[in-house]
Amino acid sequence: MINVATKNRIKDKLFEYWGVISTLIGVVLLVVFMTDIFMEGISRIDATFFTNSPSGLKPETSGIFPALLGTLWILILTASISIPLGVGAGIYLEEYSEKNWVSSLLEINISNLAGVPSIIYGLLGLEVFVRIMGLGKSVVAGALTLSLLVLPIVIVATREAIKSVPNSIKQAAYGLGATKWQTIWTQVLPSSIGGILTGVILALSRAIGETAPLIVVGAAAYIYDAPDGLLSEYTVIPMQIYTWMPDAREAMKVNAAAGIIVLLMITLVMNGFAVYLRNRWQKKVKW
Amino acid sequence: MIIEKLLFLCASISILITLGIILVLLLDTFEFFQEVSFIDFITDKKWTPMFKDKHFGIGSLLAGTFLTTVIAVGVAIPIGLSIAIYLNEFAPKVFRKRIKPALELLAAVPTIVYGFFALTVVTPFLKQFIDIDSFNALSAGLVMGIMIIPYISSISEDALYAVPKSLREAAYGMGTTRLQTAFKVTVPAASSGIIVSIILAISRAIGETMIVAIAAGQKPTLTLDPTETIATITSFIVQVTTGDVEHGSIEYKSLFAAGITLFLFTFILNNISYFIKKKYQEKYD
Repeated sequence: MINVATKNRIKDKLFEYWGVISTLIGVVLLVVFMTDIFMEGISRIDATFFTNSPSGLKPETSGIFPALLGTLWILILTASISIPLGVGAGIYLEEYSEKNWVSSLLEINISNLAGVPSIIYGLLGLEVFVRIMGLGKSVVAGALTLSLLVLPIVIVATREAIKSVPNSIKQAAYGLGATKWQTIWTQVLPSSIGGILTGVILALSRAIGETAPLIVVGAAAYIYDAPDGLLSEYTVIPMQIYTWMPDAREAMKVNAAAGIIVLLMITLVMNGFAVYLRNRWQKKVKW
Repeated sequence: MIIEKLLFLCASISILITLGIILVLLLDTFEFFQEVSFIDFITDKKWTPMFKDKHFGIGSLLAGTFLTTVIAVGVAIPIGLSIAIYLNEFAPKVFRKRIKPALELLAAVPTIVYGFFALTVVTPFLKQFIDIDSFNALSAGLVMGIMIIPYISSISEDALYAVPKSLREAAYGMGTTRLQTAFKVTVPAASSGIIVSIILAISRAIGETMIVAIAAGQKPTLTLDPTETIATITSFIVQVTTGDVEHGSIEYKSLFAAGITLFLFTFILNNISYFIKKKYQEKYD
Protein backbone atom coordinates (compact mmCIF):
# COMPACT_ATOMS: atom_id res chain seq x y z
CA MET A 1 0.00 0.00 0.00
CA ILE A 2 1.53 3.23 -1.14
CA ASN A 3 0.40 6.27 0.77
CA VAL A 4 -0.48 9.60 -0.84
CA ALA A 5 2.76 11.31 0.07
CA THR A 6 4.87 8.62 -1.57
CA LYS A 7 2.64 8.68 -4.62
CA ASN A 8 3.09 12.42 -4.92
CA ARG A 9 6.81 12.07 -4.55
CA ILE A 10 6.89 9.50 -7.35
CA LYS A 11 4.83 11.76 -9.60
CA ASP A 12 7.21 14.59 -8.77
CA LYS A 13 10.21 12.50 -9.75
CA LEU A 14 8.55 11.28 -12.95
CA PHE A 15 7.80 14.83 -14.01
CA GLU A 16 11.42 15.73 -13.39
CA TYR A 17 12.52 13.08 -15.89
CA TRP A 18 9.86 14.20 -18.36
CA GLY A 19 11.10 17.77 -17.92
CA VAL A 20 14.65 16.78 -18.79
CA ILE A 21 13.43 14.88 -21.85
CA SER A 22 11.29 17.82 -23.02
CA THR A 23 14.12 20.26 -22.55
CA LEU A 24 16.57 18.20 -24.51
CA ILE A 25 14.34 16.73 -27.21
CA GLY A 26 14.24 19.74 -29.51
CA VAL A 27 17.93 20.46 -29.16
CA VAL A 28 18.88 16.81 -29.61
CA LEU A 29 16.72 16.43 -32.72
CA LEU A 30 18.28 19.57 -34.14
CA VAL A 31 21.79 18.29 -33.47
CA VAL A 32 20.98 14.90 -35.02
CA PHE A 33 19.58 16.56 -38.09
CA MET A 34 22.48 18.97 -38.42
CA THR A 35 24.91 16.08 -38.23
CA ASP A 36 22.92 14.38 -40.96
CA ILE A 37 23.07 17.45 -43.20
CA PHE A 38 26.71 17.94 -42.37
CA MET A 39 27.56 14.40 -43.47
CA GLU A 40 25.61 14.85 -46.66
CA GLY A 41 26.83 18.29 -47.63
CA ILE A 42 30.41 18.49 -46.38
CA SER A 43 31.80 16.63 -49.38
CA ARG A 44 30.66 19.49 -51.62
CA ILE A 45 32.21 22.24 -49.51
CA ASP A 46 35.40 23.32 -51.19
CA ALA A 47 36.65 26.51 -52.82
CA THR A 48 34.70 25.92 -56.02
CA PHE A 49 31.42 25.77 -54.12
CA PHE A 50 31.96 29.38 -53.13
CA THR A 51 33.32 30.61 -56.46
CA ASN A 52 31.16 28.76 -59.01
CA SER A 53 27.75 29.72 -60.30
CA PRO A 54 24.86 27.27 -60.04
CA SER A 55 24.22 25.21 -63.11
CA GLY A 56 21.29 23.00 -63.96
CA LEU A 57 23.45 20.92 -66.28
CA LYS A 58 26.45 20.38 -64.07
CA PRO A 59 25.18 19.78 -60.55
CA GLU A 60 28.55 18.42 -59.36
CA THR A 61 30.29 21.74 -59.91
CA SER A 62 27.38 24.04 -59.08
CA GLY A 63 28.22 26.71 -56.56
CA ILE A 64 26.64 29.48 -54.54
CA PHE A 65 28.72 32.43 -55.70
CA PRO A 66 25.80 34.58 -56.94
CA ALA A 67 23.72 33.67 -53.89
CA LEU A 68 26.58 34.45 -51.49
CA LEU A 69 27.11 37.85 -53.05
CA GLY A 70 23.35 38.41 -53.17
CA THR A 71 23.11 37.69 -49.45
CA LEU A 72 26.00 40.10 -48.82
CA TRP A 73 24.26 42.85 -50.81
CA ILE A 74 21.02 42.22 -48.97
CA LEU A 75 22.86 42.25 -45.63
CA ILE A 76 24.61 45.56 -46.26
CA LEU A 77 21.59 47.30 -47.76
CA THR A 78 19.20 46.05 -45.08
CA ALA A 79 21.62 47.15 -42.36
CA SER A 80 22.02 50.62 -43.82
CA ILE A 81 18.26 51.11 -44.09
CA SER A 82 17.01 49.47 -40.91
CA ILE A 83 19.68 50.60 -38.43
CA PRO A 84 19.23 54.39 -38.76
CA LEU A 85 15.44 54.09 -38.93
CA GLY A 86 15.12 51.57 -36.11
CA VAL A 87 17.60 53.19 -33.74
CA GLY A 88 16.11 56.61 -34.49
CA ALA A 89 12.62 55.37 -33.72
CA GLY A 90 13.84 53.67 -30.55
CA ILE A 91 15.51 56.86 -29.31
CA TYR A 92 12.40 58.88 -30.04
CA LEU A 93 10.10 56.50 -28.22
CA GLU A 94 12.35 56.19 -25.19
CA GLU A 95 13.67 59.75 -24.84
CA TYR A 96 11.34 62.19 -26.55
CA SER A 97 7.82 60.89 -26.77
CA GLU A 98 5.45 61.94 -24.02
CA LYS A 99 3.03 59.47 -22.54
CA ASN A 100 -0.08 60.20 -24.54
CA TRP A 101 -2.26 58.49 -27.09
CA VAL A 102 0.32 58.93 -29.86
CA SER A 103 2.97 57.07 -27.93
CA SER A 104 0.65 54.26 -26.93
CA LEU A 105 -0.52 53.99 -30.53
CA LEU A 106 3.11 53.73 -31.65
CA GLU A 107 3.78 51.14 -29.02
CA ILE A 108 0.88 48.83 -29.82
CA ASN A 109 1.64 49.34 -33.49
CA ILE A 110 5.23 48.19 -33.18
CA SER A 111 4.23 45.19 -31.12
CA ASN A 112 1.73 44.34 -33.85
CA LEU A 113 4.25 44.71 -36.63
CA ALA A 114 6.57 42.28 -34.89
CA GLY A 115 3.81 39.68 -35.16
CA VAL A 116 2.92 40.18 -38.82
CA PRO A 117 3.92 37.07 -40.82
CA SER A 118 6.94 37.68 -43.00
CA ILE A 119 5.09 36.74 -46.15
CA ILE A 120 2.72 39.68 -45.61
CA TYR A 121 5.75 41.98 -45.73
CA GLY A 122 6.48 40.28 -49.02
CA LEU A 123 3.05 41.28 -50.37
CA LEU A 124 3.61 44.85 -49.15
CA GLY A 125 6.99 44.94 -50.89
CA LEU A 126 5.54 43.45 -54.06
CA GLU A 127 2.92 46.16 -54.37
CA VAL A 128 4.86 49.17 -53.05
CA PHE A 129 8.51 48.65 -53.96
CA VAL A 130 8.35 46.31 -56.92
CA ARG A 131 5.32 47.81 -58.62
CA ILE A 132 4.41 51.32 -57.46
CA MET A 133 7.98 52.55 -56.96
CA GLY A 134 8.99 50.64 -60.06
CA LEU A 135 12.06 49.02 -58.53
CA GLY A 136 11.18 45.70 -60.11
CA LYS A 137 12.65 42.45 -58.90
CA SER A 138 15.79 44.18 -57.75
CA VAL A 139 18.11 43.64 -54.83
CA VAL A 140 17.14 47.04 -53.39
CA ALA A 141 13.44 46.09 -53.42
CA GLY A 142 14.34 42.94 -51.51
CA ALA A 143 16.45 44.86 -49.00
CA LEU A 144 13.72 47.47 -48.44
CA THR A 145 11.19 44.70 -47.78
CA LEU A 146 13.48 42.96 -45.29
CA SER A 147 14.29 46.29 -43.63
CA LEU A 148 10.63 46.81 -42.83
CA LEU A 149 10.45 43.23 -41.58
CA VAL A 150 13.30 43.61 -39.07
CA LEU A 151 12.53 47.20 -38.08
CA PRO A 152 10.43 46.22 -35.03
CA ILE A 153 13.28 44.03 -33.73
CA VAL A 154 15.77 46.90 -33.99
CA ILE A 155 13.35 49.35 -32.37
CA VAL A 156 12.59 47.08 -29.43
CA ALA A 157 16.28 46.26 -28.87
CA THR A 158 17.20 49.94 -28.95
CA ARG A 159 14.52 50.83 -26.43
CA GLU A 160 15.56 48.05 -24.06
CA ALA A 161 19.20 49.12 -24.27
CA ILE A 162 18.44 52.79 -23.70
CA LYS A 163 16.09 52.00 -20.85
CA SER A 164 18.92 50.35 -18.94
CA VAL A 165 20.97 53.56 -18.85
CA PRO A 166 20.49 55.02 -15.36
CA ASN A 167 18.73 58.31 -15.04
CA SER A 168 21.52 59.71 -12.88
CA ILE A 169 23.89 59.71 -15.87
CA LYS A 170 21.45 61.79 -17.87
CA GLN A 171 20.78 64.15 -14.97
CA ALA A 172 24.52 64.65 -14.57
CA ALA A 173 24.85 65.57 -18.24
CA TYR A 174 21.95 68.01 -18.01
CA GLY A 175 23.51 69.46 -14.87
CA LEU A 176 26.64 70.26 -16.86
CA GLY A 177 24.48 72.15 -19.33
CA ALA A 178 24.23 69.58 -22.09
CA THR A 179 21.23 69.75 -24.40
CA LYS A 180 18.96 66.77 -24.75
CA TRP A 181 20.57 65.62 -27.98
CA GLN A 182 24.10 66.15 -26.61
CA THR A 183 23.16 64.00 -23.65
CA ILE A 184 21.81 61.27 -25.90
CA TRP A 185 24.72 61.41 -28.33
CA THR A 186 27.58 61.60 -25.81
CA GLN A 187 26.15 59.65 -22.86
CA VAL A 188 23.10 57.52 -23.57
CA LEU A 189 24.11 56.04 -26.92
CA PRO A 190 27.70 55.11 -26.00
CA SER A 191 26.46 53.38 -22.85
CA SER A 192 23.79 51.43 -24.69
CA ILE A 193 25.66 50.63 -27.89
CA GLY A 194 26.32 47.02 -26.81
CA GLY A 195 22.65 46.25 -26.37
CA ILE A 196 21.69 48.01 -29.58
CA LEU A 197 24.36 46.14 -31.52
CA THR A 198 23.19 42.81 -30.11
CA GLY A 199 19.66 43.50 -31.32
CA VAL A 200 20.86 44.70 -34.70
CA ILE A 201 22.93 41.57 -35.30
CA LEU A 202 20.02 39.32 -34.32
CA ALA A 203 17.74 41.27 -36.64
CA LEU A 204 20.17 40.97 -39.54
CA SER A 205 20.66 37.28 -38.91
CA ARG A 206 16.90 36.92 -39.17
CA ALA A 207 16.92 38.87 -42.44
CA ILE A 208 19.58 36.63 -43.95
CA GLY A 209 17.61 33.48 -43.18
CA GLU A 210 14.35 34.77 -44.64
CA THR A 211 13.13 33.14 -47.82
CA ALA A 212 9.39 33.70 -48.08
CA PRO A 213 9.21 37.50 -48.45
CA LEU A 214 12.04 37.44 -50.98
CA ILE A 215 10.25 34.85 -53.10
CA VAL A 216 7.25 37.20 -53.15
CA VAL A 217 9.27 40.27 -54.16
CA GLY A 218 11.00 38.26 -56.83
CA ALA A 219 14.38 36.91 -55.80
CA ALA A 220 14.96 34.79 -58.86
CA ALA A 221 15.53 31.07 -58.94
CA TYR A 222 18.03 31.01 -61.80
CA ILE A 223 20.68 33.66 -61.41
CA TYR A 224 24.20 33.03 -62.58
CA ASP A 225 25.92 36.31 -61.71
CA ALA A 226 26.40 38.39 -58.62
CA PRO A 227 24.35 41.61 -58.42
CA ASP A 228 26.16 44.52 -60.06
CA GLY A 229 23.99 47.37 -58.87
CA LEU A 230 21.01 48.37 -56.77
CA LEU A 231 18.55 47.51 -59.52
CA SER A 232 20.23 44.26 -60.45
CA GLU A 233 18.43 40.91 -60.25
CA TYR A 234 19.63 38.71 -57.43
CA THR A 235 19.28 35.52 -55.50
CA VAL A 236 20.20 34.72 -51.90
CA ILE A 237 21.49 31.60 -50.17
CA PRO A 238 18.12 30.37 -48.81
CA MET A 239 16.57 30.98 -52.23
CA GLN A 240 19.31 28.95 -53.88
CA ILE A 241 18.73 26.11 -51.41
CA TYR A 242 15.01 26.26 -52.14
CA THR A 243 15.73 26.00 -55.85
CA TRP A 244 18.00 22.98 -55.43
CA MET A 245 15.78 21.15 -52.97
CA PRO A 246 13.07 19.70 -55.26
CA ASP A 247 15.65 18.51 -57.81
CA ALA A 248 15.62 14.71 -57.83
CA ARG A 249 19.30 14.36 -58.74
CA GLU A 250 21.47 13.24 -55.84
CA ALA A 251 24.16 15.84 -56.55
CA MET A 252 21.55 18.59 -56.22
CA LYS A 253 20.49 17.27 -52.81
CA VAL A 254 24.13 17.42 -51.79
CA ASN A 255 24.29 21.00 -53.06
CA ALA A 256 21.21 21.91 -51.03
CA ALA A 257 22.78 20.33 -47.93
CA ALA A 258 26.04 22.17 -48.56
CA GLY A 259 24.11 25.41 -48.99
CA ILE A 260 22.39 24.78 -45.66
CA ILE A 261 25.76 24.26 -43.98
CA VAL A 262 26.93 27.66 -45.24
CA LEU A 263 23.67 29.36 -44.20
CA LEU A 264 23.75 27.75 -40.75
CA MET A 265 27.38 28.75 -40.24
CA ILE A 266 26.56 32.36 -41.02
CA THR A 267 23.50 32.29 -38.73
CA LEU A 268 25.44 30.60 -35.91
CA VAL A 269 28.36 32.99 -36.13
CA MET A 270 26.03 36.00 -36.06
CA ASN A 271 23.99 34.64 -33.15
CA GLY A 272 27.10 33.63 -31.26
CA PHE A 273 28.60 37.06 -31.77
CA ALA A 274 25.38 38.66 -30.52
CA VAL A 275 25.38 36.53 -27.37
CA TYR A 276 29.09 37.27 -26.82
CA LEU A 277 28.46 41.00 -27.17
CA ARG A 278 25.54 40.87 -24.78
CA ASN A 279 27.53 39.04 -22.11
CA ARG A 280 30.56 41.28 -22.49
CA TRP A 281 28.47 44.40 -22.39
CA GLN A 282 26.57 43.23 -19.34
CA LYS A 283 29.80 42.43 -17.54
CA LYS A 284 31.61 45.61 -18.47
CA VAL A 285 28.83 48.02 -17.66
CA LYS A 286 28.18 48.05 -13.95
CA TRP A 287 26.26 51.05 -12.75
CA MET B 1 14.37 70.55 -32.55
CA ILE B 2 15.16 69.32 -36.05
CA ILE B 3 16.60 66.16 -34.57
CA GLU B 4 13.43 65.53 -32.62
CA LYS B 5 11.37 65.90 -35.78
CA LEU B 6 13.67 63.53 -37.64
CA LEU B 7 13.46 60.94 -34.90
CA PHE B 8 9.69 61.30 -34.80
CA LEU B 9 9.69 60.62 -38.52
CA CYS B 10 11.60 57.38 -37.92
CA ALA B 11 9.07 56.33 -35.31
CA SER B 12 6.09 57.20 -37.46
CA ILE B 13 7.40 55.02 -40.27
CA SER B 14 6.13 52.09 -38.23
CA ILE B 15 2.62 53.53 -38.52
CA LEU B 16 3.14 54.01 -42.24
CA ILE B 17 4.11 50.35 -42.58
CA THR B 18 0.93 49.22 -40.85
CA LEU B 19 -1.19 51.56 -42.95
CA GLY B 20 0.67 50.40 -46.04
CA ILE B 21 0.00 46.76 -45.28
CA ILE B 22 -3.68 47.34 -44.61
CA LEU B 23 -4.15 49.59 -47.66
CA VAL B 24 -2.29 47.32 -50.06
CA LEU B 25 -4.19 44.25 -48.87
CA LEU B 26 -7.55 46.02 -48.87
CA LEU B 27 -7.23 47.62 -52.31
CA ASP B 28 -6.31 44.46 -54.16
CA THR B 29 -8.81 42.43 -52.18
CA PHE B 30 -11.47 44.96 -53.14
CA GLU B 31 -10.63 44.41 -56.81
CA PHE B 32 -10.63 40.68 -56.19
CA PHE B 33 -14.17 40.78 -54.88
CA GLN B 34 -15.36 42.63 -57.95
CA GLU B 35 -14.64 39.47 -59.88
CA VAL B 36 -15.38 36.82 -57.27
CA SER B 37 -18.42 36.83 -55.06
CA PHE B 38 -17.84 36.82 -51.33
CA ILE B 39 -20.26 33.94 -50.93
CA ASP B 40 -18.16 31.80 -53.27
CA PHE B 41 -15.06 32.86 -51.38
CA ILE B 42 -16.34 31.39 -48.13
CA THR B 43 -18.49 28.51 -49.38
CA ASP B 44 -16.73 27.10 -52.46
CA LYS B 45 -14.98 23.84 -51.66
CA LYS B 46 -12.11 24.34 -54.11
CA TRP B 47 -9.28 26.85 -54.43
CA THR B 48 -7.85 26.71 -57.94
CA PRO B 49 -6.86 30.20 -59.14
CA MET B 50 -4.08 28.76 -61.29
CA PHE B 51 -6.31 26.38 -63.25
CA LYS B 52 -8.53 26.99 -66.24
CA ASP B 53 -11.55 26.11 -64.15
CA LYS B 54 -11.06 28.71 -61.44
CA HIS B 55 -12.50 28.30 -57.98
CA PHE B 56 -11.92 30.64 -55.08
CA GLY B 57 -13.01 28.87 -51.91
CA ILE B 58 -10.65 30.00 -49.15
CA GLY B 59 -11.88 27.06 -47.05
CA SER B 60 -9.32 24.67 -48.56
CA LEU B 61 -6.45 26.97 -47.64
CA LEU B 62 -7.89 27.58 -44.19
CA ALA B 63 -8.22 23.85 -43.60
CA GLY B 64 -4.55 23.35 -44.48
CA THR B 65 -3.48 26.25 -42.29
CA PHE B 66 -5.63 25.00 -39.42
CA LEU B 67 -4.29 21.47 -39.74
CA THR B 68 -0.57 22.34 -39.67
CA THR B 69 -1.13 24.89 -36.91
CA VAL B 70 -3.02 22.45 -34.68
CA ILE B 71 -0.33 19.79 -35.10
CA ALA B 72 2.46 22.26 -34.40
CA VAL B 73 0.78 23.73 -31.36
CA GLY B 74 -0.14 20.25 -30.18
CA VAL B 75 3.56 19.43 -30.09
CA ALA B 76 4.80 22.74 -28.77
CA ILE B 77 2.37 23.39 -25.90
CA PRO B 78 3.01 20.25 -23.81
CA ILE B 79 6.76 20.28 -24.47
CA GLY B 80 7.15 24.05 -24.13
CA LEU B 81 5.19 24.21 -20.88
CA SER B 82 7.01 21.21 -19.44
CA ILE B 83 10.30 22.92 -20.21
CA ALA B 84 9.15 26.13 -18.56
CA ILE B 85 7.96 24.32 -15.43
CA TYR B 86 11.01 22.08 -15.28
CA LEU B 87 13.49 24.93 -15.68
CA ASN B 88 11.67 27.01 -13.10
CA GLU B 89 10.89 24.50 -10.37
CA PHE B 90 13.25 21.59 -10.82
CA ALA B 91 16.40 22.37 -12.77
CA PRO B 92 19.66 23.49 -11.19
CA LYS B 93 20.35 27.19 -11.83
CA VAL B 94 23.46 26.48 -13.90
CA PHE B 95 21.55 24.14 -16.21
CA ARG B 96 18.84 26.74 -16.68
CA LYS B 97 21.36 29.39 -17.61
CA ARG B 98 23.14 27.12 -20.08
CA ILE B 99 20.10 25.59 -21.79
CA LYS B 100 18.11 28.77 -22.41
CA PRO B 101 20.31 30.12 -25.22
CA ALA B 102 20.38 26.64 -26.78
CA LEU B 103 16.58 26.54 -26.78
CA GLU B 104 16.38 29.99 -28.29
CA LEU B 105 18.63 28.79 -31.07
CA LEU B 106 15.72 26.58 -32.17
CA ALA B 107 13.85 29.71 -33.17
CA ALA B 108 16.90 31.27 -34.82
CA VAL B 109 17.48 28.49 -37.35
CA PRO B 110 16.22 29.64 -40.76
CA THR B 111 12.89 28.03 -41.58
CA ILE B 112 14.12 26.73 -44.91
CA VAL B 113 16.40 24.43 -42.94
CA TYR B 114 13.41 23.08 -41.02
CA GLY B 115 11.62 22.55 -44.31
CA PHE B 116 14.51 20.43 -45.56
CA PHE B 117 14.43 18.53 -42.27
CA ALA B 118 10.72 17.78 -42.62
CA LEU B 119 10.96 16.74 -46.25
CA THR B 120 14.12 14.65 -46.19
CA VAL B 121 14.13 13.19 -42.67
CA VAL B 122 10.72 13.27 -41.00
CA THR B 123 8.55 12.23 -43.94
CA PRO B 124 10.73 9.20 -44.88
CA PHE B 125 10.79 8.26 -41.19
CA LEU B 126 6.99 8.42 -40.90
CA LYS B 127 6.61 6.45 -44.12
CA GLN B 128 8.05 3.42 -42.37
CA PHE B 129 5.05 3.33 -40.04
CA ILE B 130 2.07 4.89 -41.77
CA ASP B 131 0.76 5.33 -45.27
CA ILE B 132 1.51 8.96 -45.94
CA ASP B 133 1.88 11.27 -48.97
CA SER B 134 5.37 12.46 -49.86
CA PHE B 135 4.13 15.94 -49.09
CA ASN B 136 1.91 15.97 -46.02
CA ALA B 137 0.62 18.17 -43.24
CA LEU B 138 1.90 15.89 -40.50
CA SER B 139 5.67 16.23 -40.99
CA ALA B 140 5.36 19.93 -41.65
CA GLY B 141 3.29 20.37 -38.49
CA LEU B 142 5.58 18.27 -36.31
CA VAL B 143 8.70 20.11 -37.40
CA MET B 144 6.98 23.47 -37.04
CA GLY B 145 6.09 22.36 -33.51
CA ILE B 146 9.77 21.93 -32.70
CA MET B 147 10.49 25.35 -34.13
CA ILE B 148 7.91 27.14 -31.97
CA ILE B 149 8.87 25.38 -28.71
CA PRO B 150 11.06 28.31 -27.62
CA TYR B 151 8.22 30.79 -28.18
CA ILE B 152 6.21 28.96 -25.53
CA SER B 153 8.98 27.87 -23.20
CA SER B 154 10.75 31.21 -23.09
CA ILE B 155 7.79 33.50 -22.42
CA SER B 156 6.13 31.00 -20.04
CA GLU B 157 9.37 30.60 -18.14
CA ASP B 158 9.67 34.36 -17.71
CA ALA B 159 6.07 34.45 -16.46
CA LEU B 160 6.69 31.64 -13.98
CA TYR B 161 9.89 33.30 -12.85
CA ALA B 162 7.99 36.51 -12.12
CA VAL B 163 5.67 34.78 -9.64
CA PRO B 164 6.62 36.12 -6.20
CA LYS B 165 8.85 33.74 -4.24
CA SER B 166 6.59 34.05 -1.21
CA LEU B 167 3.77 32.18 -2.95
CA ARG B 168 6.08 29.29 -3.71
CA GLU B 169 7.56 29.25 -0.22
CA ALA B 170 4.08 29.21 1.27
CA ALA B 171 3.18 26.16 -0.79
CA TYR B 172 6.35 24.34 0.25
CA GLY B 173 5.57 25.24 3.83
CA MET B 174 2.30 23.36 3.45
CA GLY B 175 4.30 20.29 2.49
CA THR B 176 3.57 20.19 -1.24
CA THR B 177 5.93 18.61 -3.73
CA ARG B 178 7.57 20.66 -6.48
CA LEU B 179 5.09 19.31 -9.01
CA GLN B 180 2.10 20.23 -6.86
CA THR B 181 3.54 23.67 -6.26
CA ALA B 182 3.96 24.13 -9.99
CA PHE B 183 0.48 23.09 -11.01
CA LYS B 184 -1.46 24.39 -8.03
CA VAL B 185 0.38 27.65 -7.37
CA THR B 186 2.86 28.99 -9.88
CA VAL B 187 1.17 27.98 -13.14
CA PRO B 188 -2.20 29.47 -12.14
CA ALA B 189 -0.44 32.60 -10.92
CA ALA B 190 1.44 32.92 -14.19
CA SER B 191 -1.51 31.91 -16.35
CA SER B 192 -1.82 35.19 -18.25
CA GLY B 193 1.82 35.06 -19.32
CA ILE B 194 1.43 31.44 -20.35
CA ILE B 195 -1.67 32.26 -22.39
CA VAL B 196 0.23 35.07 -24.11
CA SER B 197 3.01 32.64 -25.04
CA ILE B 198 0.52 30.18 -26.49
CA ILE B 199 -1.30 32.81 -28.52
CA LEU B 200 1.99 34.11 -29.94
CA ALA B 201 3.02 30.57 -30.85
CA ILE B 202 -0.30 29.99 -32.64
CA SER B 203 0.07 33.23 -34.52
CA ARG B 204 3.62 32.28 -35.49
CA ALA B 205 2.47 28.87 -36.71
CA ILE B 206 -0.34 30.34 -38.82
CA GLY B 207 2.09 32.66 -40.56
CA GLU B 208 4.91 30.15 -41.03
CA THR B 209 5.66 29.72 -44.69
CA MET B 210 8.71 27.82 -45.84
CA ILE B 211 8.23 24.65 -43.78
CA VAL B 212 4.75 24.10 -45.16
CA ALA B 213 5.63 25.23 -48.67
CA ILE B 214 8.42 22.65 -48.79
CA ALA B 215 7.05 19.73 -46.81
CA ALA B 216 3.25 19.95 -46.86
CA GLY B 217 2.87 20.40 -50.58
CA GLN B 218 1.09 23.02 -52.64
CA LYS B 219 -2.23 21.39 -53.40
CA PRO B 220 -5.22 23.07 -51.73
CA THR B 221 -7.41 20.32 -50.31
CA LEU B 222 -10.44 20.63 -48.10
CA THR B 223 -9.38 17.96 -45.65
CA LEU B 224 -8.39 17.47 -42.04
CA ASP B 225 -6.43 14.30 -42.76
CA PRO B 226 -2.82 15.00 -41.73
CA THR B 227 -1.37 12.39 -44.09
CA GLU B 228 -2.58 14.18 -47.22
CA THR B 229 -0.95 16.79 -49.40
CA ILE B 230 -2.39 20.21 -48.62
CA ALA B 231 -1.73 23.90 -49.08
CA THR B 232 -1.85 26.68 -46.54
CA ILE B 233 -2.52 30.36 -47.17
CA THR B 234 1.20 31.03 -46.94
CA SER B 235 2.27 28.20 -49.21
CA PHE B 236 -0.26 29.31 -51.79
CA ILE B 237 1.30 32.78 -51.85
CA VAL B 238 4.73 31.20 -52.31
CA GLN B 239 3.45 28.95 -55.07
CA VAL B 240 1.97 31.83 -57.07
CA THR B 241 4.89 34.20 -56.62
CA THR B 242 7.57 31.60 -57.40
CA GLY B 243 6.44 31.83 -61.00
CA ASP B 244 5.80 35.05 -62.86
CA VAL B 245 2.46 36.49 -61.93
CA GLU B 246 1.02 39.26 -64.02
CA HIS B 247 -0.14 42.34 -62.21
CA GLY B 248 -3.88 42.85 -62.50
CA SER B 249 -4.61 39.20 -63.19
CA ILE B 250 -7.02 37.37 -60.94
CA GLU B 251 -4.15 35.21 -59.63
CA TYR B 252 -2.37 38.37 -58.55
CA LYS B 253 -5.47 39.67 -56.78
CA SER B 254 -6.13 36.32 -55.15
CA LEU B 255 -2.73 36.66 -53.43
CA PHE B 256 -4.00 39.65 -51.54
CA ALA B 257 -7.38 38.13 -50.74
CA ALA B 258 -5.53 35.18 -49.21
CA GLY B 259 -3.05 37.55 -47.58
CA ILE B 260 -5.70 39.66 -45.87
CA THR B 261 -7.30 36.53 -44.44
CA LEU B 262 -3.95 35.53 -42.97
CA PHE B 263 -3.30 39.06 -41.73
CA LEU B 264 -6.70 39.24 -40.01
CA PHE B 265 -6.10 36.07 -38.04
CA THR B 266 -2.61 37.02 -36.86
CA PHE B 267 -3.67 40.63 -36.21
CA ILE B 268 -6.49 39.55 -33.91
CA LEU B 269 -4.31 37.03 -32.07
CA ASN B 270 -1.46 39.51 -31.63
CA ASN B 271 -3.78 42.16 -30.25
CA ILE B 272 -5.37 39.77 -27.79
CA SER B 273 -1.94 38.79 -26.52
CA TYR B 274 -0.86 42.44 -26.36
CA PHE B 275 -3.79 43.39 -24.17
CA ILE B 276 -3.39 40.41 -21.86
CA LYS B 277 0.28 41.30 -21.51
CA LYS B 278 -0.49 44.94 -20.67
CA LYS B 279 -3.02 43.98 -18.05
CA TYR B 280 -0.72 41.44 -16.50
CA GLN B 281 2.22 43.87 -16.32
CA GLU B 282 0.08 46.29 -14.35
CA LYS B 283 -0.81 43.55 -11.91
CA TYR B 284 2.76 42.77 -10.95
CA ASP B 285 4.49 46.17 -11.30
